[in-house]
Amino acid sequence: MRDVAVVGFAQRQMPEFDGSPTCVELLVPLFAECYEQTGWSRGDIGFWCSGSSDYLAGRSFSFVSAVDAIGVIPPVNESHVEMDLAWAMYEAWLKIQTGEVDTALVYAFGKASAGVLRRTLALQLDPYTMTPLWPDTVSLAGLQARAGIDAGAWDERAMAEVANRSLTDAEKNEYAIRKGGSSVEELLARPMYADPLRKHDCSPVTDGAAAIVLAAGDRAREVRDRPAWIEGLTHSIDPMSMGTRDLTRAPSAARAATAVDLVGVEVAELHAPFSHQELILRRELGLAGDVRINPSGGALTGNPMFSGGGIRIGEAASRIWSGEVSKAVGHATSGPALQQNLLCVLGATTEGARN
Amino acid sequence: MFYFRTMTRTLSAPVTVAFDYTRSTGPVLGRFLTGLRDGQVVGGRTSDGSVVVPPPEFDPVTHDPVTEFVDVAPTGTVTSWTWVPEPVAGQPFDRPFAWALVRLDGADAPFLHALDVSSPDQVSTGMRVQVRWAEERIGAITDIACFEPEDGGDGGFETVASATSSTTDTEVEVRGAPATSPDTTVPVTGVVTPVSLDYLYAASPEESAFYRGLNEGRIVGQRCPTCQKVYVPPRSACPADGTPTAEEVEVSQTGTITTFCIVNVPFLGQKIVPPYVSAYVLLDGADIAVLHLILGVDAAEVRMGMRVRAVWKPREEWTYSLENIDHFEPTGDPDADFDTYRHHL
Repeated sequence: MRDVAVVGFAQRQMPEFDGSPTCVELLVPLFAECYEQTGWSRGDIGFWCSGSSDYLAGRSFSFVSAVDAIGVIPPVNESHVEMDLAWAMYEAWLKIQTGEVDTALVYAFGKASAGVLRRTLALQLDPYTMTPLWPDTVSLAGLQARAGIDAGAWDERAMAEVANRSLTDAEKNEYAIRKGGSSVEELLARPMYADPLRKHDCSPVTDGAAAIVLAAGDRAREVRDRPAWIEGLTHSIDPMSMGTRDLTRAPSAARAATAVDLVGVEVAELHAPFSHQELILRRELGLAGDVRINPSGGALTGNPMFSGGGIRIGEAASRIWSGEVSKAVGHATSGPALQQNLLCVLGATTEGARN
Repeated sequence: MFYFRTMTRTLSAPVTVAFDYTRSTGPVLGRFLTGLRDGQVVGGRTSDGSVVVPPPEFDPVTHDPVTEFVDVAPTGTVTSWTWVPEPVAGQPFDRPFAWALVRLDGADAPFLHALDVSSPDQVSTGMRVQVRWAEERIGAITDIACFEPEDGGDGGFETVASATSSTTDTEVEVRGAPATSPDTTVPVTGVVTPVSLDYLYAASPEESAFYRGLNEGRIVGQRCPTCQKVYVPPRSACPADGTPTAEEVEVSQTGTITTFCIVNVPFLGQKIVPPYVSAYVLLDGADIAVLHLILGVDAAEVRMGMRVRAVWKPREEWTYSLENIDHFEPTGDPDADFDTYRHHL
């Protein structure tokens, strides 16, 4: 296996983007940031891959329009996934592993506010037995939260603790769109929204985009003194049905965790769009008590559709670059109630990589 | 049609994207949906012996096809629930309701559907519920209208039934036995799922300038500062080199037909009676052609290089739309040399 590192990362998050859902306007400055971080230009990028969905944009082939932000004369090597940025990154990592390219810029974008996000996401469910009922994302998470409360796996206080820590940490994150912690008691005193969820238990509808730059070997070393080397990258999926898995668990997250080495992780950026989902992930990943969770504030403070997962990897990488930590994990989820889970373990050296 | 929203820099308009998805069911989901049509909930037995509703097409452990079906009761127990304070379009209710996971009697895995209660106080894990069948059943998940409390509590069915002698009471009619008598001889093999999504579609700032220009009788493009190409309609970034377009440029209302087609075939939604000509018109001063209608000339006379001008609708009909230009018509000038548009084909 080739040593591949995260060497660039840029993001934008906002409650409502006043512009076209093609998001070209957001992507151009993100690419400019990536060029500045790497010292590269467009011609240095061996592979491009984007994540987005036409259902979110409300128009067909929106990802083709977004390619304008790259500029494609001469032509570029380009692909697309209808998945979060983290999965676009997975494809780029595979592309680099094939030896065909040494560098990649992956990006994702979404204007969730153009429609009703929690409704639009019903289209990712089983089209025979679920979508015709339009079960919304918040409700499916609420069923999961209740199942855990009833089973004694967590309680409302534990959920409020996650929210309060996230909102407090988000005060230091310029990109977070919801911030400002108070106290667990104050959060618990707030009204129920989708019982048993309060609004702060649910990630805010967020527009935005993000980009990540990958590079192999010496191409990574030429960019940064401390590239964030990918020590492990894996993803796994559970059945979609809400009835055939124990909703208090995330077996695919546990399975992903067995495929990487999480020992020694100092920071975990977990993509938990609902507060109780962080509790599930901490358990499934077996993270030690001293692992710092979501210092960025996490998805509860900003969760742009299609980049909210990849942003977790970018945030984790940033802490490797800065020297703050030597090993971190970024997690991304997709589908209803933590159906799909991706783990990206990042380290300051290539020694931990499973080559 | 776009309109201004105050306090925004871009034009936006409501857009509804709708499509009826037609899907074949296969043997497992077909069996399940046939059962619903006939008033019977059907589960599938998986390799661990469990009865799962709806039946999965393939076993989650062995991945073998699920072939054993088990009738289960229309009554069951809530295993989890959540409250929906603000329903979205298409959900079983347009007023607040609960979603519930219900383990039907005879099944081992819970099943997701709506539960008709009027407040979260009326639902609890462990409560007994029953299927309320839809009045008309067609072989779809919506043949189950919802779950409702089995008896007792608010809206409790038996209490209502015993308290009234009226046989026209809807709740009585839909209890247990089907209210309708669908053709039960033909199995369900397909479903049609209408999907309709509402958006507020915003134009980019550059597109907004284009539509505002049209509303003033002007055609406005954007110039790429790197390659100097002028895009009409404008783009936020030059697709050739990725540079944001920065300079607004008004282009001529006269141009050259670069390529065209004669439309002879009628199609759904067609606004003009065929035959007519759709052509790419390269406006003078622009580097990309716009697609528009050519009138005022016999279709057989339209040719590459023909010079045409924009014909606008009456001013009082103008709006934020390219349709302000009704069509293009020949200017009568000599045709343009091929070299003037050869790089724009």
